[in-house]
Amino acid sequence: MEEIYAKFVSQKISKTRWRPLPPGSLQTAETFATGSWDNEENYVSLWSIGDFGNLDSDGGFEGDHQLLCDIRHHGDVMDLQFFDQERIVTASSTGCVTVFLHHPNNQTLSVNQQWTTAHYHAGPGSPSYSSAPCTGVVCNNPEIVTVGEDGRINLFRADHKEAVRTIVWEVHFHPSNPDHLFTCSEDGSLWHWDASTDVPEKLSLFHQGGRSSTFLSHSISNQANVHQSVISSWLSTDPAKDRIEITSLLPSRSLSVNSLDILGPCLVCGTDAEAIYVTRHLFS
Amino acid sequence: MEELDGEPAVTVIPGVNSKKNQMCFDWGPGEMLVCETSFSKKEKSEMVPSCPFIYIIRKDVDVYSQILRKLFNESHGIFLGLQRIDEELTGKSRKSQLVRVSKNYRSVIRACMEEMHQVAIAAKDPASGRQFSSQVSILSAMELIWNLCEILFIEVAPAGHLLLHLLDWVRLHVCEVDSLSADVLGSENPSNHDSFWNLGLGGMTSHGWSLPYTFATNPHLESLLKIMLGDEAALLEQKELLSNWYHFLVTRLLYSNPTVKPIDLHYYAQSSLDLFLGGESSPEPLDNILLAAFEFDIHQVIKECSIALSNWWFVAHLTDLLDHCKLLQSHNLYFGSNMREFLLLEYASGLFAHPSLWQLGVDYFDYCPKLGRVSLELHIERIPLNTEQKALKVLRICEQRQMTEQVRSICKILAMKAVRNNRLGSALSWSIRAKDAAFATLVSDRFLRDYCERGCFSDLDLIDNLGPAMMLSDRLTFLGKYREFHRMYGEKRFADAASLLLSLMTSGIAPRSFWMTLLTDALPLLEQKQVIFSAEQTYELMQCLEDLTSRRPVRGESDIQQLQDEDIETTKVEMLRLALARNLARAIIREGSLEGS
Repeated sequence: MEEIYAKFVSQKISKTRWRPLPPGSLQTAETFATGSWDNEENYVSLWSIGDFGNLDSDGGFEGDHQLLCDIRHHGDVMDLQFFDQERIVTASSTGCVTVFLHHPNNQTLSVNQQWTTAHYHAGPGSPSYSSAPCTGVVCNNPEIVTVGEDGRINLFRADHKEAVRTIVWEVHFHPSNPDHLFTCSEDGSLWHWDASTDVPEKLSLFHQGGRSSTFLSHSISNQANVHQSVISSWLSTDPAKDRIEITSLLPSRSLSVNSLDILGPCLVCGTDAEAIYVTRHLFS
Repeated sequence: MEELDGEPAVTVIPGVNSKKNQMCFDWGPGEMLVCETSFSKKEKSEMVPSCPFIYIIRKDVDVYSQILRKLFNESHGIFLGLQRIDEELTGKSRKSQLVRVSKNYRSVIRACMEEMHQVAIAAKDPASGRQFSSQVSILSAMELIWNLCEILFIEVAPAGHLLLHLLDWVRLHVCEVDSLSADVLGSENPSNHDSFWNLGLGGMTSHGWSLPYTFATNPHLESLLKIMLGDEAALLEQKELLSNWYHFLVTRLLYSNPTVKPIDLHYYAQSSLDLFLGGESSPEPLDNILLAAFEFDIHQVIKECSIALSNWWFVAHLTDLLDHCKLLQSHNLYFGSNMREFLLLEYASGLFAHPSLWQLGVDYFDYCPKLGRVSLELHIERIPLNTEQKALKVLRICEQRQMTEQVRSICKILAMKAVRNNRLGSALSWSIRAKDAAFATLVSDRFLRDYCERGCFSDLDLIDNLGPAMMLSDRLTFLGKYREFHRMYGEKRFADAASLLLSLMTSGIAPRSFWMTLLTDALPLLEQKQVIFSAEQTYELMQCLEDLTSRRPVRGESDIQQLQDEDIETTKVEMLRLALARNLARAIIREGSLEGS
């Protein structure tokens, strides 16, 4: 695991997401988005780790991440997803769901669409209207699904004004499993769980942390040779048999790491200590 | 540095008429509340409509500056690392670790300075450009002081090395010399360049003997040689090349006493200051601070810095570091905690006044052994919780530190919010997490009421999976068990359901008000083809029914609605009596003929 770049950005980062690459593209990740929380003015920002004119000996890019553009966001950014190459969907603590559009020609972000009363406890019609935070958003072009503290699930379509469908439920998601796992945690740690079978010496450690979000490397899960032993290493109850190498990716531990995202060999994460960490060489 | 005796700036608050009415105010942790009172300033009280708003006024720009936030965040990481340094380490290795920490702090200050400098240059309007520039000079002064403290107190350089460190210190802060060097060394014949000789004087302190010079007769040469031999008067003549008195001090020491001992420094410092100012101007706050440092009066340094700087960041971190160097005797303040702790508490309290930086404050309180915990308890309850995610973060902080009172209090607040928003399942989970029996009872009552009104339960997955948490309150246990009854009924486990139903009443955990509902629930079981309730159980049910009806209030004057309700009640009771009697008959017959199975 080579160098990891840190940058203090004066905002607590609640979510970071890499911009998806066009299918069949040979590029590596270049752009990521972040959302902030707990500020009087929160922002959704786009950052680039692309070409600044410096190439290192491997032909990779040097230097830390630079801000491309940002836009004010009302309320905490509770969740953030790339809808497609140019559009970002955010879930707000005000109960609002917003679609932002990125204009690459003049490097600006603008509001493309907004559903301001997506989540609420007492409805917009009632005299004691109170909004509820929208806690999660997931997209699959052209549909957006949002969930909130009011217990609703909404289904929106990107071009429609109203929610297509509303369900009252509570949802829990569990990720599926390839051979590399990355977790970030409330206690400020960022771990890489490597269950690949070609590494000779491995230690088995079980990390105990607070609430954490787990994430799985996209590229590896698409490999054709994900085989039986890989899957079983995660589910194995015998720690001595299938070993997992667990590495801490951050140099020092302070406040909560709220969010992480991986695209190919690139990882980005954001913390409550108002810092963003990026590395481009996860597997070297 | 702040001007101590300048006129304070007047801030006009829109909407408040201070000429007509008296204003009142109160201080908060980082801001002030101001509003109009109804007391008029004039003698006669006129009915003037006063401004209905209360204003929150903040002065402290520091905490809100985007760039300074990076200072707060990065230094927080360094602070934590310092606290975790192994206490076992002693001697050289400990000292080098502490010096490294000090250098880390300084590099963070410098990074902040650089960035602010860039912003100052790029500023579009001159007023904000000036503001940023003044921040840059404040940061520069802070770094200057810290650097000197590092040399004198942390590095504790002995005579000989001391001067080398001081040379570096001055060089770092006198950029003028560097830009001059570039000019001169680039020209054709350096010794003919005017600046060369000036450079020779100022540059001696940074380049030592490395500059070449010719021995041609030259008036400048004489001055140069005089200075090199330690002639202070000659040095003073070149005052305009020396940017300040400490530059003068170090240059002077270089030629007159390069092996100066630390304890002798303050003599030279005081006289350098006096000579340099020459009675024309009086020392500024920065000068006094540096003097105090040369006198090794740490307390004075910290006191003067506290007065001169507008927030606690600098003194809190510096004092903490010096305390780790074991340099501060316990300097008791009237409420008993020592100076380091006092400053850290002030700094952390300031952080808690900020909507975002409160999270940093938590760690600072952790390392204040006397009053940290109690301060944290007070502050953490007052953080506004607008999302569950934030509440969970705060709760985790409290749970990690076994602050059970605060956990309970926060969970109660969230449970109350949930009840108000009719999110009963959420409210119940929060009351369980708070281990709050009274609130759990309240929420369970709501559930039961909802059930009576709508005929079904909400949040079934929560109630079905309560587990041991069910024992928190009787009402909650009842709710869980009642739901279990419905499940058993749904699974057609009638005998079990029947026993459970009966036990709910006989054990006393079912509230009286609910007995009618329970008895009504018994009806379908009584009317089944097979006999479910045994004779004994039927007797008990009858007993319960009689208990219930015997406590009826006396019928008095009642309106139509009440009469109707009572009619319904009477009909229900009649039906129940009938069903119970029939079941009793069947049960007796069955038990009599089938060996009581």
